[in-house]
Formats: sequence, C-alpha cells, structure tokens
Amino acid sequence: MTQPFPFSAIVGQDEMKRALILTAIDPRIGGVLVFGDRGTGKSTAVRALAALLPPIEAVENCVYNSSDVKTARGLWDAPKDAKLVSRPTPVIDLPLGATEDRVVGALDIERALTKGEKAFEPGLLARAHRGYLYIDEVNLLEDHLVDLLLDAAASGENVVEREGLSIRHPARFVLVGSGNPEEGELRPQLLDRFGLSVDVSSPADVATRVEVVKRRDAYENDTAAFLKRWRAADTKLRKAILAARDRLAEVATPDETLEDCAALCLALGSDGVRGELVLVRAARALAAHEGAETVTRAHVRTVAPSALRHRLRRDPLDEAGSGARVARAVEEVLG
Amino acid sequence: MTTDPFTPLRTALALLSIDPAGLGGLWLRARHSPLRSAVIDALALRRMPPTVDDEQLFGGLDVAATLAGSKPVRRQGLLDGTPLMLTMAERTPPALAGRLAAAMDAGTLPTLVLLDEGEEDGAPAALTDRVAFHLSLDGLRLPPGVEPDFSSSVTPGEVETPPAALEALTITAARLGIDSPRAVLFALRAARAHAIHAGRATVTDDDMAAAAALVLAPRAMIVPDEQVDAPPPEQAENRPGEATAPEEMLVEAARAALPPDLAERMALARRRAAKGSGAGARRHGNRRGRPLAPRPGTPRSGDRLDLIATLRAAAPWQRLRRTASPDDTRPVLIAREDLRLKRFEDRSDRLLVFAVDASGSTALARLAEAKGAVELLLAAAYAKRDHVALIAFRGKEAEMLLPPTRALVQAKRRLAVLPGGGGTPLASALALAHETLDAAERRGLSPGLVLMTDGKGNVALDGGTDRAAATAETERLARTVAATGHPALVVDTASRPQPGARQLAQLLEGEYLPLPRADATRLASTITTALAP
Repeated sequence: MTQPFPFSAIVGQDEMKRALILTAIDPRIGGVLVFGDRGTGKSTAVRALAALLPPIEAVENCVYNSSDVKTARGLWDAPKDAKLVSRPTPVIDLPLGATEDRVVGALDIERALTKGEKAFEPGLLARAHRGYLYIDEVNLLEDHLVDLLLDAAASGENVVEREGLSIRHPARFVLVGSGNPEEGELRPQLLDRFGLSVDVSSPADVATRVEVVKRRDAYENDTAAFLKRWRAADTKLRKAILAARDRLAEVATPDETLEDCAALCLALGSDGVRGELVLVRAARALAAHEGAETVTRAHVRTVAPSALRHRLRRDPLDEAGSGARVARAVEEVLG
Repeated sequence: MTTDPFTPLRTALALLSIDPAGLGGLWLRARHSPLRSAVIDALALRRMPPTVDDEQLFGGLDVAATLAGSKPVRRQGLLDGTPLMLTMAERTPPALAGRLAAAMDAGTLPTLVLLDEGEEDGAPAALTDRVAFHLSLDGLRLPPGVEPDFSSSVTPGEVETPPAALEALTITAARLGIDSPRAVLFALRAARAHAIHAGRATVTDDDMAAAAALVLAPRAMIVPDEQVDAPPPEQAENRPGEATAPEEMLVEAARAALPPDLAERMALARRRAAKGSGAGARRHGNRRGRPLAPRPGTPRSGDRLDLIATLRAAAPWQRLRRTASPDDTRPVLIAREDLRLKRFEDRSDRLLVFAVDASGSTALARLAEAKGAVELLLAAAYAKRDHVALIAFRGKEAEMLLPPTRALVQAKRRLAVLPGGGGTPLASALALAHETLDAAERRGLSPGLVLMTDGKGNVALDGGTDRAAATAETERLARTVAATGHPALVVDTASRPQPGARQLAQLLEGEYLPLPRADATRLASTITTALAP
C-alpha cells in the first residue's frame, strides 16, 4: 500500500481543505461533496485526510470498529477476549458498481458452503463506521445504492434483513462524494445529505500549476523524503483538529448567530432546517478551529457558501453558479 | 527529427518500456491491421476484455473448486501488480473505468494499455487521463514484407532534470489548454525517459520537445497562438512576464505534432463529456425489481445466490450423496449443479428524444415557445430521472445537439443557443431520430420520440429543396419509425394547427398535440401519458 500524499502539501483548494477539516472536527456536520474537473486533487485530498486523522480506538476483530467491548460484534458472535486496539481512521472506497451485498453485508457464502455455518460477512457500511465513506463519481452511482446510503446515513444504522440474516449495527460515517457535474446530475435527495459542498477547479495561474506538479513529482520520486518534509505540518494540523474537537463543546453560539443563519436560509429559500443546522455546526467548528470562544458573523460568512450552495431550491436547469447566489444573499443579510 | 512516420510510435513504446509505472501506459487508437498486431505483440501484455467482472479483477472464491474440496479455494485476480491491456477500451462501462482508475492510483495496476478500435466513442476519460501516451495509427501502414520490430531494451537509470524544465512544460500545457496536472507530470517523466533512451545524464531541450510532442500535443484542447506576444487572454494576466525561449520551442514541437483533426476531436471530447450516466444506468436485471424464478448457475460477482432454491434443489439428493460419500461431515451436501441464482426483472430507464424544428417557418412563429416547452419537459424529465437527447433540424440536415444523457444543464445550454431559420429537413430529422431510438433500445433503454414541428418538411435527405421528394421520404421514414413500435408524440408548433403535423402523427402511430392549446402543465402531463413505456 502506497503512502498517501500529505494533506498539508496540497496546493491551494482552500475551500475543499477547510470543508474536510471541519467535518473532521465535527462529524455531525455531515458529508462533503466535491464537484470539479479531473486531476484537481479530489481523491488525493480525501485519502490524505485519512492519513492525517488520529487513529481510533476500536475493539479488535469487531466488524464495525466498535469502541465499546460490550457492543462489539465479531463475524457472528461477540469476539472472544475482546480488547481495544488502535486503528487508523477508516476511509472506505465505495466503487460505482458495488453490489448491494458488498455495501450492506450479506451471508458469508464461503462459510455457509464449506462449513455449513451461518455467518455475517460485513459490508462497506460496517467498515466505514466512525470513519469516512468515499464515493468517486458519486453522480453516476446507481439509484438503488443511493437509496441504501440514504437509509444508513439518515438512521446511523445499517439493517440487514435477508437470506435468514437479521442484523443491525451502527453505521455512522462521513459521506464524501466527488464527481464531475458535466457528466450527470446528482439526485436532490442525496445532494441534501451532504453537509458541505465545494466546487474545485484547476488552478488558473502558472505559478500554482508549477507548484502542484513540482510537489507531486517530488512525492513520487522520493516518497519517504517528501513525507518527512511535510510531517511537521501534518502533525500540527492533526493537533489543531484534536484541540478543536476538545474545544467544540465550549464554543458559545450566541442567539444573534442563530438569527443570522435563519435569516440567511430564509433569504435563500432553502428547504427544511438542515441548512441552518449545518451552517451553525460548520461555523462553530470553524470557530473552534480558529481558537475563538464565540461564533461570530465572520465564521458564518466563511462557511455559508459551502453549507448552502447545494440547498437552494433551484431550477434544475439553472446553470448560474449557486455559489454566486449565496454570496449575494450573504452580502444582503449579513452586510 | 527524422521523417520516419513510425518514429513517434517507436519512441513512445521505448519510453514506456523504460518507465512503465511512471508513465501509466498507452492509449492506442487503431483498427485491426498488421501494424496494430505488431505493436500488440511488442507490448506482450496480459489482455482483459471490458466485460471482465469483479471476481476476475480482484480474485475471489472459486465456488466449484471450493465445493469439490470442501475448503475455500481462492482465485488470483488480474489486479496483482502486473501490467494489463484492455481490449475494446471504447466499450468500458463507467464502473469498470472507476475501478481500474482506482487500481492505477493505488499501484495495483501499474501500467495499462488501452486498445481502442478507433470508433466514435473513445475510451473513458478517467482512464485516458491516467496514461501518458495517446497514439493513433490512422494513416500508418506497414510496407509489405516488412516485419517491424518495436521491442526495445534500454536499462532504466538516473537523470538530472533542470529546474526550468518543469515550468516550461507547465506553461506549454497551459497554452495548449490542458487542465489536468497529470499531463505535465507525464510529460516530465517522458522527458526523463527520453534522456535515458538517448543515453544522456541530463534532460535536454530535445527530450522536452519529444515529450511535448508525444504527451502534450495529443491532449491539446486549443491551438496555441502563432505570435509570442499575444498569448490567449485568460493566461496573459497570470503569466510571469513574457514567454521565454524553452516553452516557445516546446509549443512549437507540440504544434508540429498536433493532430490535423483537432477541431473534430475537440467537439468529440465535449460530446463525450456530456454522455455521462447514459451507460451507467444500464440495468443488469439481477439485483432489483420484480423477482423472477431462480435459474441454475454459478454465482459470480453481481449475481446473488438464492439459498432457499439451492437447498431445495439439493434436498432430494441428500440420501444418495450421503451413501456415496459417507465420510463427508458437512451437514448438507451441496453440489455445483444445485446452485440457483436470484433473478429480477427491472424496468429500464426512459429516454426522451426531442426533435425540435428550428426552420424558418417555425422560427418566425414559435421557436421561442417550443424551446420553452422543451425546457419544461426537461424539468419533468429531471424529476423522473429520464435521459434526454436533443435533435435540432434546420437548413440542410438535422443535427444531434446532445446525445442521450442525464446532464440536463447541457441540454438547456445547447437549446438556448439554437438559432432559427432555413429549410425544414424533416426527413433527415426522422432518420436521425430513428437511429437514436434504435441505438438507445440496444443499450437497454426505453426510448420515446417527441417531435416538435409544423410538419412542413421541404428539404430532402440529400439536402436539395425538392418538396415532393422530401414529402415522400418523410412518409417513408415516419413509417419506419412507427414500425419500431416506440411511442411518439408530435407537438404542432404552427400558429394554427396544420394537417401536415396531424398526418405525421398518424404515420408515426403516435399522439398529436397542437401547441397553441397546450399550456405548460398540460404539455408535460400529455407527454407523460402519451409516452408511458
């Protein structure tokens, strides 16, 4: 397995990086949707984030990374001599053509046939618990898989009822999707599930491009040296994320901020209150990240485009950048 | 540089053999020919068809061997770190492309050679972006009796790269309109490999020129400006100072290698980008939908074993088998022929083919209204997850504005800029519509046709303005379309309902709806009922 590219070494793409860091600070923000051209570092950033995040404590042999020995589950029974081990934060890839069995888990046919035993073969949702589920080309995902993901993401639980199996296990994960909007639309129901959404594009100036290629080339020529060079920056970021997590509960959210968020969502006519919730959470996570004690209007302003861009009640054929509409509303409402 | 037409091919293959993993591979567009065979032989790679399934790719349980041996027998997958050749790459489904791309990123597939038959649709962009060389063998032919040798044996080594090389290649890529940073990386690697190939210890201008010609030129999206002091405006403001000599030389090298049909290719690339989920939505019919009776078979990836049916099939044989093998301790003795697979019947996706009359007669009266109506229908299509295709006809012949896609923004964009005026090549529109409907059906979609016209066709298939011939052809083609049995709807866009359009609807055995009386919502609901699959 090759070492992922260091997160700190990614050139530019600040909005994408910020969105990923915010969900690492507060997973309740929901997922991140990254839309943009090929080769803009979408997958690189997601994989880099996984390497950056602190390891999680999980029960050894537990199929869904449980942190509690009492609720851990082995392939079928509770694992024997359960003990906690440290594991890297899971980042699970969901390939486009994955079967339902691979996603939710199914009867382990191998064991059923060879040993005559009934055993559960965990799926990707189990493995992604407490981590990230990454879908590249998410807009091309088949509808029935989208339904499964929506169910699991909404309930935080995966329910398997098939082939004589009846199993439920928690499945709370941050959904990260990337894709190219030119290739097809994303279903609105799924769009709404993503907490934050960012648009990325190829850097326009030559200096940045040269830097992108230079770093990538250095990374591929001598991975170890490159990682070493960036380790300090990554460690600093990891500590900042951990510190922000600790601080998160203490960050005060004044009523004015809530009113700002509500007014903003009202002005944009976004459906439901998920927009407000995400906006408040993201602003709070940003405040924690910056070491502020209270959420301020500036925090809301910074995260508003990512939090609201994909929630506008829009004409599906409207091609005007919704980011611009959000920016305008921010200007009008927050001054 | 020599004038040997095989030089680029020869060089690319040599460079690839020097740094196979760094360069990612090769996209070879060619029809069957002795030359193609010679290249394939020289590459000598394991071949893989686009129908390869997950089990073959990643390895898996060999069910038959497992049952026979009573212990799990695993099969090795294709993605085990060896280079592969993907044949008929133009038929790669998006899911496979996604998996191979992920494997290339992860290093389990270091080198991939894409073999493309050179048909209209090329290999998926996710894969072509990840291989350094794009080569076409069009126009190259082996002289009779010549056995070319494309094999190469150069030992990889270390080379120095001057720091300016990277910048020069980046600027060159920007001037050719190449966005993906991967291209520049590949060019850099190719330059290094070229230096090794030439036995140099440092990358020189020659190496970079060869890299620009081999890697950057085939990816060019714009033809670089001739003048040094007039770079494309979008780059002008960002460029640090004037272009310096090296990248000017590289642009020159790339320009020399630019394919002559660049404009066509650019159009093709755009069309391909718009294709999107069309192929992705193909239904395999074995995962969801109405259950059908199970069938015997060996489960491979994508199939689901019907456990109950399998046990039911095995049950009658238990006593016999137990007697035959008394030592077997398995509680149930299942043999390969007992295995039953689940099957489901699924409705395929719908495709609405819109054929919009943009001729002079319509343009004057109601092109804007027709556009509005189509937009409304597109919104309805979006809600129902339908695919749409857009055909416009005016002047000499009909034109496919948008091949079947779900990217509705594209449809709207194309429609908005559609000009009006000229004759009415109705016959040509019907011919193109028929082709589209037919192709869609073969891909497993349920197509339907919405024809928006006043029915006054006056341009024949050959582009001539022979009204009689045009009418005869229209009638013939309308019958042909009707014979396919796809639902059709004619929306009459004339200011007053015309007998022509109504007649056309009859010939198509479809519905007729005059636009004057059709308000927006009524139109949408009529389409829904008229074209229900």
